[in-house]
Amino acid sequence: MANVSSVADPAAGPVSTGPAVRVGGNPFRFVRRLRLGDILAIAPFILFALLFLLIPTLGLVVGAFQDGDGNFTLQNVMDLGTPQIVASFWISIRVSAASAILGAGIGLVIALAIIRGRLPDAIRSTVMTFSGVASNFAGIPLAFAFLATLGRLGLVTVLLKFFGFDLYKSGFNLLSFWGLTITYLYFQIPLMILIIAPAIDGLKKEWGEAAATLGATNGQFWRYIGLPVLWPNLLGTLSLLFANAFGAIATAYALTGSSLNIVPILLYAQIRGDVLHNPGLGAALALGMIVITAFANVIYLVIRTRAERWLK
Amino acid sequence: MKSGKLWSWIIFGLGAAYFLVPLLATFEFSLRIRREGYTFDAYTSVFSDGRFQASFSYSLIVGVCAIVIGLLIVVPAAYYVRLRAPHLRPIIEFITLLPLIIPAIILVFGYIRMYNTSSPLPLLGTNLGTDILLTLAYVALALPYMYRAVDTGLRTIDVQTLTEAANILGANQATIIARVIFPNIIVAVLSGAFLTLAIVIGEFTIASLLNRQVFGVYMQNVGANRAFEPAALAVISFVITWGAMGMIQLLARFAPKTARRD
Repeated sequence: MANVSSVADPAAGPVSTGPAVRVGGNPFRFVRRLRLGDILAIAPFILFALLFLLIPTLGLVVGAFQDGDGNFTLQNVMDLGTPQIVASFWISIRVSAASAILGAGIGLVIALAIIRGRLPDAIRSTVMTFSGVASNFAGIPLAFAFLATLGRLGLVTVLLKFFGFDLYKSGFNLLSFWGLTITYLYFQIPLMILIIAPAIDGLKKEWGEAAATLGATNGQFWRYIGLPVLWPNLLGTLSLLFANAFGAIATAYALTGSSLNIVPILLYAQIRGDVLHNPGLGAALALGMIVITAFANVIYLVIRTRAERWLK
Repeated sequence: MKSGKLWSWIIFGLGAAYFLVPLLATFEFSLRIRREGYTFDAYTSVFSDGRFQASFSYSLIVGVCAIVIGLLIVVPAAYYVRLRAPHLRPIIEFITLLPLIIPAIILVFGYIRMYNTSSPLPLLGTNLGTDILLTLAYVALALPYMYRAVDTGLRTIDVQTLTEAANILGANQATIIARVIFPNIIVAVLSGAFLTLAIVIGEFTIASLLNRQVFGVYMQNVGANRAFEPAALAVISFVITWGAMGMIQLLARFAPKTARRD
């Protein structure tokens, strides 16, 4: 599964491999040996990264600190403090955090059940394949699927009503915080399973046997060995799931229109029609998103390098 | 010990229910279009819609172009890094991870500001320019997956020896990449390509903000105006995603199993 390794193992030689640059004591030795063919090989990649990743993003960051005439200002960033924008960030953070925490928890339990629960091997491979599909089944169609399930005419809603329970009268609404969180779990849980499965595989059988020999119960094994070893992985994946949900927009947009104003939807509306009536404020909004997702991802990458210690 | 196994089954069952019920419900919903009973009319209505055909084929074309351009960018770079500049690896890998760190909406916002009609490179001024920008945006989205796939492929072959052998036979670097390295990693490349396709085919945010009528935008329009067709579209999308992932699984069986020797 290429996608598994791609998501699960984004930095096989992680960012912190600084010393590798000092080859033979001269960091620029490779420059001397650079040949035309080498330059042609790497140039398109560098050019692409500059023009379509780095400069556009940096442009936004710079734009967040510029007024209409291009002068430096902190006003845009200060304007993020308006109640509408603060509310957007708050609901986005809550949905992302809830779907990340629940997704990580439920994903871990399912992964433990299929890997260490002595279930048939066929179940494990089926779950892993399905997780690959479901983690990529996001966006617009996912919203449709949940409307058909938990919407006012959805199958589950109708069935529950048939059995005498009115979901919507009980206060549930798909177009709400919990509705969006439940929908996001559909790609968060599988992503967690894909990322955590290799880590669970890394828990050596001997550790369990050693613990049992010393008289540890199953609960004690998890309390003192299993979870502490998995802990960095859990924490890292949690921040990855958070960033994953924080940047998502299509599902929420198709599900709620603009009735649930999460940050990406606010930004979408701003790009579409300048609803904030201030282009600089749009850039500041983007800056806010970049800071939050980058922060979550940096936590993931840092923790990941530490987590790998035990799982070799 | 017995109860442990029972719990595993219960957890598995609950999980399966959460993941299968929405699929069943969506399928059931898509059949409800006629009052008399279940029919496949929603699917007929979708497939016969000219905008479905147009948007789907447009997405497919953009997706394939993105894959080709992505390969032209990624394969030489990954080859170069592996063979000659392993010390650049952390930097290159970090760059390939950026699209996972920068949300798509930020990326397209940056493009709109950078490539507007009053910029030095006004890609957004023409239709063709916007098409190109959309394709390149998808290359960016696919970069993490594409690079991983290619790099995994390179890891399973002996790049050094193959290169030296080809060199001795008088091949230049372009020939080596195109005719020696690429055919050896084609299986890995294809799995990256299918993953890219699965991601690109339903993409909404970037295309919508660039005003391109892709499949994702079409789906969103249908969702806003129809009741049962969206469910049919969700089923179709799920089948497409499943198909792409199935191809990756299938390809994995053909992947060379040689250990890395570098």
